[in-house]
Amino acid sequence: MLSIKNLQARIEEKEILKGINLDIKPGEVHAIMGPNGSGKSTLASVLAGRSDYEVTGGSVEFLGKDLLELSPEDRAREGVFLAFQYPIEIPGVSTTNFVKTAVNEIRKYRGEEPMDAVQFLKKMKEKMKLVEIDQSLLSRSLNEGFSGGEKKRNEIFQMAMLEPKFAILDETDSGLDIDALRIVAEGVNKLKSKDNATLVITHYQRLLDYIVPDYVHILYKGRIVKTGGKELALELEEKGYDFIKEEVGEEIESPL
Amino acid sequence: MSEMLNTLEQTALSEYKYGWVTDIEADEAPPGLNEDIVRFISAKKNEPEWMLEWRLKAYRHWLKMTEPEWANVKYPKIDYQSIKYYSAPKQKVTLNSLDEIDPELRATFEKLGISLDEQKRLSNVAVDAVIDSVSIATTFKKELAELGIIFCSMSEAVQEHPELIKKWLGSVVPMTDNYFSALNSAVFSDGSFCYIPKGVKSPMELSTYFRINAENTGQFERTLIVAEEGSYVSYLEGCTAPMRDENQLHAAVVEIVALDNAEVKYSTVQNWYPGDKDGKGGIYNFVTKRGICAGVNSKISWTQVETGSAVTWKYPSVILKGDNSQGEFYSVAVTNNHQQADTGTKMMHIGKNTRSRIVSKGISAGFSQNSYRGLVQVGKNATNARNFSQCDSLLLGDKCGAHTFPYIEVKNSTAQVEHEATTSKIGEDQIFYCNQRGLDTETAVALIINGFAKEVMNQLPMEFAVEAQKLLAISLEGSVG
Ligand SMILES: Nc1ncnc2c1ncn2[C@@H]1O[C@H](COP(=O)(O)OP(=O)(O)OP(=O)(O)O)[C@@H](O)[C@H]1O
Ligand SMILES: [Mg+2]
Repeated sequence: MLSIKNLQARIEEKEILKGINLDIKPGEVHAIMGPNGSGKSTLASVLAGRSDYEVTGGSVEFLGKDLLELSPEDRAREGVFLAFQYPIEIPGVSTTNFVKTAVNEIRKYRGEEPMDAVQFLKKMKEKMKLVEIDQSLLSRSLNEGFSGGEKKRNEIFQMAMLEPKFAILDETDSGLDIDALRIVAEGVNKLKSKDNATLVITHYQRLLDYIVPDYVHILYKGRIVKTGGKELALELEEKGYDFIKEEVGEEIESPL
Repeated sequence: MSEMLNTLEQTALSEYKYGWVTDIEADEAPPGLNEDIVRFISAKKNEPEWMLEWRLKAYRHWLKMTEPEWANVKYPKIDYQSIKYYSAPKQKVTLNSLDEIDPELRATFEKLGISLDEQKRLSNVAVDAVIDSVSIATTFKKELAELGIIFCSMSEAVQEHPELIKKWLGSVVPMTDNYFSALNSAVFSDGSFCYIPKGVKSPMELSTYFRINAENTGQFERTLIVAEEGSYVSYLEGCTAPMRDENQLHAAVVEIVALDNAEVKYSTVQNWYPGDKDGKGGIYNFVTKRGICAGVNSKISWTQVETGSAVTWKYPSVILKGDNSQGEFYSVAVTNNHQQADTGTKMMHIGKNTRSRIVSKGISAGFSQNSYRGLVQVGKNATNARNFSQCDSLLLGDKCGAHTFPYIEVKNSTAQVEHEATTSKIGEDQIFYCNQRGLDTETAVALIINGFAKEVMNQLPMEFAVEAQKLLAISLEGSVG
């Protein structure tokens, strides 16, 4: 479904991704872990098409298409979804109105009729239940004055509404209380199917107890330095990043 | 009476020195302004003597005035002698229904987002269509007349309701008020008159559509709304003009009178041609709008969505004379390319316990300049006057400007005046967030600005809010990305 080959990207002359290789198949859940500043959000942004980042090498194929050639909105319409680490606010625009616009823009791209109000409300009710989000939150301005946890939950609600083929969750677990974590994770699990795939970015193996990954990758200084099963997350939790540094640090730091 | 008026018309024509008009069927006055032109306009409209005298007095006063220069706008000096002051559409017969309106005109209204057909379908909106200088058709007249509501063109009102016109015309905006109001008083061609009798709540929206059509023609409408004790009316005004290379002058005057316990809600969707993207052409919109809350507990509310015109100079105001009266001003002003807008309001608190609220949202894009200018005045006797002002500016890009000029004059120590102002930019992260949800950049910008303007848009009558939203989006097309 998604095939990333030797992806390199930089921002303002600073090399951040230094050759990422990653293959994701339908039905799979991948987790990416890595210390602060290692490039996790950068990878997510580059996949979503943020223009601040300059791709300097490599390729990304998504469902047979060259993802890097597509505009960010077309990537979204093709089924790429990013749950933001820091969701932004849009004053005066309710989540409901925002999501409705998004749903219909995506439908338009696919040559489908816009969803009528009744259909939309029905779908909204269903997905609200899934992520246990309150109606009153959805009628407020998008993310404005939302608590950290509410913002994250709202991201997953949007994901549920848009039904992406490939979703990236960038630290959706941080800022969530224990109950919210469970609810959000269960929501993600319910949305899982054999046709879609998820990339979970997290610092804590706790989330992976709920959303069980098929693969765990460790991103370190712009490279995936280790890949394993879910036990890798446990090992990391136990030993911290030092063990990664010990294992690979030398060769990464090597000044030639 | 018509005999006398005919004579007057003849006189006006024969007095004219330059021999430019030989045919009384002429539907245009030649360029230029002098007493003969004023007489010509008055004669064209078969006006009674007192109306002509009124116009001439205004004209003579105007000659002594100079054009104001304090607004934060720049434009080449207007040559008042190159403008035509009267132009009636060729179609002379009065239309019986809106179906008979020229399709091009209909299309223009549709582009503005207000379809005349839709107007007809929505049975709660009465329309007065003014093209160039003449009112073409007024709908729902009979239905309104049954309630005693008068809704007609200003020309008709001068003929049919002279006592009301004599009493109220110029009572809120005196002819000597300012340069443009004096000019308007001299040469106003048409507009709407609206009278709501005591205790009557208008069951439908009353609306007027203004359209400039002819070239090099100034448009000078005159609107007068009188709401008697305990009455209510909601009035909407829409404006369009075709694309022309030359700038055209538009100098309207709107007067509102609200007596005891009366309420008037006046909404404008202004979409005059703004000029092309290099700043060529467009309408100069110099408008004087003022209401007086003459009676106790009365209320006047101005709502405006301003997207058009090359230069806008406009400050809808409220004189809060009656005790406990309320004034409101809700405005969204969008400027793009080389447009310049200097707009705002004046709230003049005179009576006790008077309240005013100002919500101004300015959106600037391109190379445009968008200024808010507001005056809150609290008089000596205005005990417990309250004002709240909120002025927000949103910038798209870094070549445009937003300016706020609040003036506060308080002469009573019990007054409470609050002013808040913010300036923000549409962030790339906001746009990217929208893009990531499948919205292209234009849609994203439209969504963000409509969110920004929501508080004002909510004040618009339902029928027009959606259309006004689309208009905002159209005005900013191509301004981002
Ligand atoms: N606009 C920018 N200019 C310069 N450096 C930047 C910019 N944006 C990001 N970076 C740098 O890129 C590196 C990778 O950042 P990124 O946000 O991808 O890290 P992360 O792995 O998501 O970290 P965290 O766990 O803290 O979320 C960091 O060193 C960061 O400072
Ligand atoms: Mg991050």
